[in-house]
Amino acid sequence: MEELNKLTAHELIEKIGKKEATSEEILFSLYQRINKIDSKVKAYVRFDNTKELTNLRTYEPANFLKGLPVSIKDNICTQGYNTECCSKILEGFKPPYDATVIQKLKQKGATILAAKTNMDEFAFGSSTENSYYGPTHNPWDLDRVTGGSSGGSAAAVASDEAIMALGSDTGGSIRQPASFCGVVGLKPTYGRVSRYGLIAFASSLDQIGPITKDVRDSAILMNIISGYDSYDSTSINIDVPDYTKSLGMDINGVKIGIPKEYFIEGLDKEVKAILEESINKLRDLGANYKAVSLPHSEYAVPVYYIIATAEASSNLARFDGVQYGYRTEDRGQRTENGLISMYKKSRGEGFGQEAKRRIILGTFVLSHGYYDAYYLRALKVRTLIKQDFDNVFKEFDCIVTPTSPTPAFKIGEKIQDPLKMYLSDIYTISANLAGIPAISIPCGFTKKGLPVGLQILAKPFNEELLFRAAYTYEQNTPWHSMKPKI
Amino acid sequence: MAITKDTVKYVAHLARIDLKPKELETLSQQLQDILDFIDKLKKVDIKEIAPTSHILPINNVLRDDLLAESLSSHKALENAPRREGNFFGVPKVIE
Repeated sequence: MEELNKLTAHELIEKIGKKEATSEEILFSLYQRINKIDSKVKAYVRFDNTKELTNLRTYEPANFLKGLPVSIKDNICTQGYNTECCSKILEGFKPPYDATVIQKLKQKGATILAAKTNMDEFAFGSSTENSYYGPTHNPWDLDRVTGGSSGGSAAAVASDEAIMALGSDTGGSIRQPASFCGVVGLKPTYGRVSRYGLIAFASSLDQIGPITKDVRDSAILMNIISGYDSYDSTSINIDVPDYTKSLGMDINGVKIGIPKEYFIEGLDKEVKAILEESINKLRDLGANYKAVSLPHSEYAVPVYYIIATAEASSNLARFDGVQYGYRTEDRGQRTENGLISMYKKSRGEGFGQEAKRRIILGTFVLSHGYYDAYYLRALKVRTLIKQDFDNVFKEFDCIVTPTSPTPAFKIGEKIQDPLKMYLSDIYTISANLAGIPAISIPCGFTKKGLPVGLQILAKPFNEELLFRAAYTYEQNTPWHSMKPKI
Repeated sequence: MAITKDTVKYVAHLARIDLKPKELETLSQQLQDILDFIDKLKKVDIKEIAPTSHILPINNVLRDDLLAESLSSHKALENAPRREGNFFGVPKVIE
C-alpha cells in the first residue's frame, strides 16, 4: 500500500473523495510510521503504542476534512485528554473543555490524535529541550534540535508522523521550528484565531497557527481555525476570506522590502547566501524588492524578554497546586503559613528551570521600583517597533527575511546559555510585538543537508498576501517536496 | 543594574517559588546576564512615546449578559489534587 502518511492533507482529501483511500487507512499508516520512528524523533508525548488505535473524534466526519488526523501541541486544551504544556506542574491535567480551534477542527471532520506534540515547557524556549519529557530530535539530523517551542509539531510534520499540526507562536514558536525542520509554519495576525483553550504564556503575543507540509494545507487549516470567538475578547469580529483563493495568483508587481538590519553580523553565511538566492527567485517570479529599514530591530529581543516574561509571570500564577496539576507531597517545616509554603514548594518542584527563570524575571520587571525602568520602557519601545513596520507597509506589500539566523543547532549547544538561546528568535519576535502575520517556508538546504526557512511578513489581517507569495515561491522551487531520510 | 542574590530571593518569594541554594546561585548569574543585555533599551529615546500594552485598536469588549451553560462544580473539581466535599482542599490557613 502506498504510504498515505507521506501525502499532504489536500492530496488525501482528494483521494478519499475518489474512494482511493479511507480515513482509517490513513490513520493506520500514520500509526505505523509513529510506531516505527517516534522512538528516535520523539515528536509526541504520551503516545501509547500498546493500546488500540484511539482518537478523540466526536463528530461524524461528514465534513470537509473527512476524518483526517491533526496533531496538537500540548498547550491546546483537548476535552478529557491530557494537556500538560510538557510541564510537571500540569501532570495529569485533563481539560473539562475543548479549545475553540479543536471544536472547529472536529466540526470540520478532523480526527484529533490521542497524543500531543512535544514542546518547551509552557512554550518557554527555542529548541524543545525545555520539555519535561526531554527534547525532540530533528528528523534531518537526529543530533540537532527541532527548534521550538512547537518542535514536536514541526518534527512530526517533517517526518510524516503527522499529516498536519497546530502549534502556538509567542515569539517565533511556530516559524522557527518550521524553518529548522523544513516545513511551512504560519503565525496569524494577533486576533485572527481564537486563543480560548490555549494555555496562556504571554497574552498580548500568543497566537495559534498551522504547521503543514505545504502552503495549500496551511491555507486549508487557516480557513477552519480563523474567526471571531466570543470566548476570546481579543479575537476580531471581521470576515475570514477563503485563503485557498489566494493560491495560484501571481506575484507580479508585489513590492517586497528587505530590512537591512536583518542581514548583519550573526547571520550564518550559508543562510545568507540561500536567502539572497531566494529573494532573486521572487524577483524572477515578478516581484520587486528594495532595501528598507526597521531601525528598532535590535531592541526586539530585549523588549520581548521583558513583556513576555512579565505576562508569563502573571499567567502562570494560576499554577499553585490548588485547582489542577501537581501539588507537593512535602509537608516539611512549618516556617511560614502552610498555604504559602504549599504554593512555594509545589511551584518550586513543579516548574522546570526555564519556567522559573522567566517567572522570576517577569516578577522582577513588574515589581515595585523597577516597573518604569523595565516594563513601561519596554511597552514604549514596542510602540516604536510597531511604527517601524507601519512605515514600511506604507510603501511595501510585504517584508522578506530569514526565519532564523542559523540552521538547526546541536542538542545541548545553547541550553546552558539562555541569552544565546534567546537570540535564535531575533528575526521572528518582531512580528509578535507588532501583531502582524508571518509565514516561514522552506527555501533551501545547507551543505550539511539542513533546511533553511524564508520568512514573509505582511500587514495585519493580510494573510492572503502571505499565501499568495509563499505559494508562488513554493510551486516554483523543489524544497517543499524534499523529505528527511529517516 | 546589579542584581543581588537577596533580590532574587525576594522576587522568588513574591513569585511563590522555592529555590534551592544552587538554583539561586545559577539564576542570579543568569538574570544578571539577561538584565545587562536588556539594559541596552536605555539607549532608546522614548520621550513622548505612548506605551503599547495591546496591539489591536479594541478596548472594553463587552457582551450581553446572557444565561449560558457553565462548568458544574463537580467538573471544575475533577482535576483538583485535593478535594474536600464541594471545595478545593488546601492546608489550614488560620491557626
